[in-house]
Amino acid sequence: MTATFIHPLTAFLEKTFVITEFELRKLRHDFTELITRALQPALWLLIFGQVFSRSGAMHTGNIPYLDFIAPGILAQSVLFVAIFYGINVIWERDLGIVQKFLASPTPRAALVLGKGFSAGIRSLSQTAIVYGLSLLLGVKLNWSPLALLNVLLIVVLAATLFSTFSLIIACIVKTRERFMGVGQVLTMPLFFASNAIYPTDIMPGWLKVISHLNPLTYVVDALRTFMLTDSTSTFGSGLDYAVIFLTTTILVFIGARLYPRLAV
Amino acid sequence: MSEIVLEIKNLTRRFGVFTAVDALTLSVNSGEIFGLLGSNGAGKTTTIKMLTTLLPPSAGEARVAGFSITNQAVNVRRAIGYVPQAVSVDGSLTGYENLLIFAKLYDLPHREQQGRIREALKFMGLTADGGRLVGQYSGGMVRRLEIAQATLHRPRVLFLDEPTVGLDPIARDTVWKLLVDLRANFGTTLFFTTHYLEEAESHCDRMAIMHLGKMAALGTCKELEASLGGGAHTLSEVFVHYAGTALDAGGNFRDVSAERATAQRLG
Repeated sequence: MTATFIHPLTAFLEKTFVITEFELRKLRHDFTELITRALQPALWLLIFGQVFSRSGAMHTGNIPYLDFIAPGILAQSVLFVAIFYGINVIWERDLGIVQKFLASPTPRAALVLGKGFSAGIRSLSQTAIVYGLSLLLGVKLNWSPLALLNVLLIVVLAATLFSTFSLIIACIVKTRERFMGVGQVLTMPLFFASNAIYPTDIMPGWLKVISHLNPLTYVVDALRTFMLTDSTSTFGSGLDYAVIFLTTTILVFIGARLYPRLAV
Repeated sequence: MSEIVLEIKNLTRRFGVFTAVDALTLSVNSGEIFGLLGSNGAGKTTTIKMLTTLLPPSAGEARVAGFSITNQAVNVRRAIGYVPQAVSVDGSLTGYENLLIFAKLYDLPHREQQGRIREALKFMGLTADGGRLVGQYSGGMVRRLEIAQATLHRPRVLFLDEPTVGLDPIARDTVWKLLVDLRANFGTTLFFTTHYLEEAESHCDRMAIMHLGKMAALGTCKELEASLGGGAHTLSEVFVHYAGTALDAGGNFRDVSAERATAQRLG
């Protein structure tokens, strides 16, 4: 009986990784994307971070402001790139690629999750950049292998989460113009209503409530916990992981339901 | 009487108040080359999308290779290959990689994958170009690769939506020669849509003419020409008779721009 239970799951994961492989093979032929991804976090850390750190305007407890925002900038950069992932899907729809994949026996959820994972793996390049810059700026990083592994896992999951969210938007709006509009409208509120560049303690009450509903807040909290040597988690990394996992699962489920709309 | 591989009964699709396909009924035999003709907007693409399980019908039913398109969609998908009108291979990967991904998605046994891909490239005359990026291919090569990709798993029925749109006459002839060879070698049933009457005339065993979502005529080329009665008729006369002068039809903006974009990419 267990065989019949395991088989669909392994088949599903196998197909998911085939889709991820399909996306990642593109990088072998053109990896400029990995370099352009590095620019934004560099600007935020080197300019915004340095200036605010000098001003001393933010009270971030026992950790210096630059240390405080390094994980926030990593999360932000993952969000900003992932939130526009859906544009690729619209492009693939205008060609016939989406249709051909949908006419194959691949489970819809594997098509969605496979693309999400590939966005996750691409985001590892930003992790390398933020770590490099942090090292340069004297951020006290936690180099224990377990902590690093957790950071990598959270980054991949976070990019999967937000790129799947983006894919859902693409399935709903279907055109590039509308998609760009919606993407622009969503990024800044997600970013500012989070703990990425300031602690939630200093937020007005209403914003604090919103920030607690924002998955980015939990991503930042988890990254801060594992990236820095002396930071304590606000929510506990268990809750962080639970929120990230659950949100991703729900989004993949919704994405799998909506993805066939692209073929119409 | 050979086996029926595609059976369509009262297949209907509405978009709001507009009926794109209206109670289409027909069947196609195994190994047949069947052409669906009609003006832009006649309902050809909508029909193919329903048969390939991309679009659920509003009413009616169809069975492909014995499986219902509504209840057994995954079985249908395993049994068919689909070449959409638009470009469906990825230009940022090599020809080989495009085939490899589909070999894996269709569960070809691991040890057979390489052999099957090599064979498909050879069959389509792409052996020397398998390692090149598809973005550098000519229009005819792209179409041949798409057909290779859609037939790697040896589908029983291959659906092609305007397979030769945007190709020059030589590339069109090559594509048709390969499609006919596919049937000869593997017994693949071909179901395709086209605007080009001469293609239908030279390659179809039977054809159907659609007009405003309904089937206006069905039969072999000779039967259709004879159906007009009174002397010899050409297929264009048959087409005008059944599909109207086509000045009133013409498809919507999205169809037309998609078709021109495809022609531009391949041409």
